[in-house]
Amino acid sequence: MNILVFLIPVSLFLGGLGLLFFVYTVRSDQYDDPEGDARRILSDEYDDHPKQ
Amino acid sequence: MTAGMRPSPTACPACASAPAAGHLAGPSPSPTAQIALSLPTIHCSACISRIEKALNADPRVNSARVNLTLKRASIDAGPDVTAREMQDLVQGLGYEAHELDAGTLNATATNRAGRDLLMRLAVAGFASMNVMLLSVSVWSGAEGLTRDLFHWISAAIALPAIAFSGQPFFRNAWTALSRRQLNMDVPITLAIVLAIVTSLWETSLSGEHAYFDAALALTFFLLAGRYLDHRTRAIARSAAEELTALEVPRALLLRGDGSGVEDEVNVADLRPGDLVRVRPGGRMPVDGEIVEGTSEIDRSLLTGETVPVFAGQGQEVSAGEVNLTGPLTVRATAVGADTSLHRMADLVAIAESGRSRYTSLADRAAKLYAPGVHILSALAFAGWYLATWDLRTALNIAAAVLIITCPCALGLAVPAVTTAASGRLFRRGMLIKHETALERLAEVDTVVFDKTGTLTSGSPVPSNLSDLPRRDVELALALAEGSSHPLAQAISRNARAAGIVPAPVTDLTEVPGYGTQAIHEGREVRLGRAGWTGADGMEATATFLQRANEPPVAFTFVDRLREGAAEAVTALRDSGREVILMSGDTTPAVEMLAGRLGITRWLAEALPADKADRIAALRDQGRRVLMVGDGLNDTAALAAAHVSISPASALDAARVASDIVLLGGDVSPIASACDTARAATRRIRENFRIATVYNIVAVPLAVAGLASPLIAALAMSASSITVSLNALRLR
Repeated sequence: MNILVFLIPVSLFLGGLGLLFFVYTVRSDQYDDPEGDARRILSDEYDDHPKQ
Repeated sequence: MTAGMRPSPTACPACASAPAAGHLAGPSPSPTAQIALSLPTIHCSACISRIEKALNADPRVNSARVNLTLKRASIDAGPDVTAREMQDLVQGLGYEAHELDAGTLNATATNRAGRDLLMRLAVAGFASMNVMLLSVSVWSGAEGLTRDLFHWISAAIALPAIAFSGQPFFRNAWTALSRRQLNMDVPITLAIVLAIVTSLWETSLSGEHAYFDAALALTFFLLAGRYLDHRTRAIARSAAEELTALEVPRALLLRGDGSGVEDEVNVADLRPGDLVRVRPGGRMPVDGEIVEGTSEIDRSLLTGETVPVFAGQGQEVSAGEVNLTGPLTVRATAVGADTSLHRMADLVAIAESGRSRYTSLADRAAKLYAPGVHILSALAFAGWYLATWDLRTALNIAAAVLIITCPCALGLAVPAVTTAASGRLFRRGMLIKHETALERLAEVDTVVFDKTGTLTSGSPVPSNLSDLPRRDVELALALAEGSSHPLAQAISRNARAAGIVPAPVTDLTEVPGYGTQAIHEGREVRLGRAGWTGADGMEATATFLQRANEPPVAFTFVDRLREGAAEAVTALRDSGREVILMSGDTTPAVEMLAGRLGITRWLAEALPADKADRIAALRDQGRRVLMVGDGLNDTAALAAAHVSISPASALDAARVASDIVLLGGDVSPIASACDTARAATRRIRENFRIATVYNIVAVPLAVAGLASPLIAALAMSASSITVSLNALRLR
């Protein structure tokens, strides 16, 4: 069971990474225009002003 | 926007490419202008890229971004750019565009609160998933040191996570307790805190039962309910703000030097004594006195009268009235908050608001529930302590009772249903502004309609065109084409539709405030007000055609019914609700409309205070009144009613006073909204019952000391999921 000493911190670290990433997406207003963003990604024009 | 008048250090395009010139001229006070446009017709990615490309192609625009969800464009442009130019640019591409008052779109506070909740929800979700994983191994038989290690790790995750995520509940519970009241958050906070404390104690004694996962799951589910609730209200608030922002408060200020030059200014910048020009079709920005010009004014939004009133020099006008025919110059006597429009707010404040008297279903449930749970848990604690004299066992069981009965499902029961119902109603064109509006709407048994602007569209239709001699109609059509007055336009629209060709006339001129005149077959002919054409006044809305030396011919009008008005009234009556008509308009006009719609109870020539008093009287008879109105004269009544609806075309004051805003021109959704509201309250009650059933099953186990953290976790998740699924069944 000594493997737990590594596994638990590793899983917590990975989960925390996911949480931090989510916090980053919220902070950078990525949920302001879900409908528009869903369509923008299909546009074949290069979007060189991604976000103000 | 005032940006257009700001002096710009870089007024020429060449300077813009040489930024040093701008710096030499000193730092400009605010180098950019934020412009917001509403784009109601955009729908695809091609729309986004076309509009953004066109806007960004303008050299003065720093950046432009289209938001498809909100159907809005936000433009960051140089200080010399006006919203009008941007609007014209977008309209040139073939899209509808309206300017939005950027000051009114104050969504940042709402955004911040939503973001805050989302962040707490994410932390609670992350922590509960991790702790749940650790708990699964404990439940499946971990023992001794391994179990203790897992409990300690869970504690290390749960403590900071709950300290962060649980704050909304702790704060609400504290406010309620410091006011010596109980709300839903008190048992929640107590359960979370007690669960954490007993679990820590158990862990330190290497005990078997720790409730860290339950405390976190509870926080997570309850935050999910709060977030749903917040989102529903934020969407409604943002749509309501957009309606307000569409009315950009501008006025044309005449310069005081008598040069006759007009400046476009913000209404907030006007002072008493200023001379303001009001063009035909414009709304009075201030209370004042007419100093120049003659016209007719439409006061229907203020008084409910449909017949336009003559306006000439020296006459008093009130903010909110619409100027119809000729340009007027008005000397302001009262501006901003002093105008009669705003004084009406006092009347609204006096009318006791229907929403303040209502206790929501959730609060009623909490009132029954909170003391019950506390007593039960205290009894379990006392019973076990007296039976065993073991503080640890007794505290453990008290915590288990609190956790198992905790209103996880109760916290989701209301928001899940209101989110589903508001979403459905929003798609049908109704905006639910107030959180308990749906519950109150479900109880309605009497519906009071205002007439002008609510059941009727406020635009007249000729009623006797086909009975008149053709030559009169031909001549009236020719004269009507020379005016933009609503009555003239109604004649010209309907006569043209009937295939009538205008009679030949010359020297067609409009006399603002009176009518139009021209020369026909060598004689003067007039179309206009009774007094001006030598006719006697009539009760109904009418205009008169006069040939020299001939008696005047009357053209009468009726107000056109709003789309869906007849259906709404019939459906409401069929569902057993009483329909009453109350209007400030004249008796014949109201009586005729009541007859047309089959409404038996009606009240005409009602003053604003009369309407509110009538509604208060109905309320005292035990009726639950739904008030539907749009005018300033309805605002007090809207506030006094149990629940109120106003159309989007209503004055801002009326929309603020009402709980629900009808977005389209069609009023028929009102009847179906009542049914949806009833179905929604039924679902809420069902949800409460489901949550109670879970409690009835689980509480005896907890009191008997048989509940384990596993049973608590199962009961909690199962009841929350059932409740959410039940809410989704709403049609």
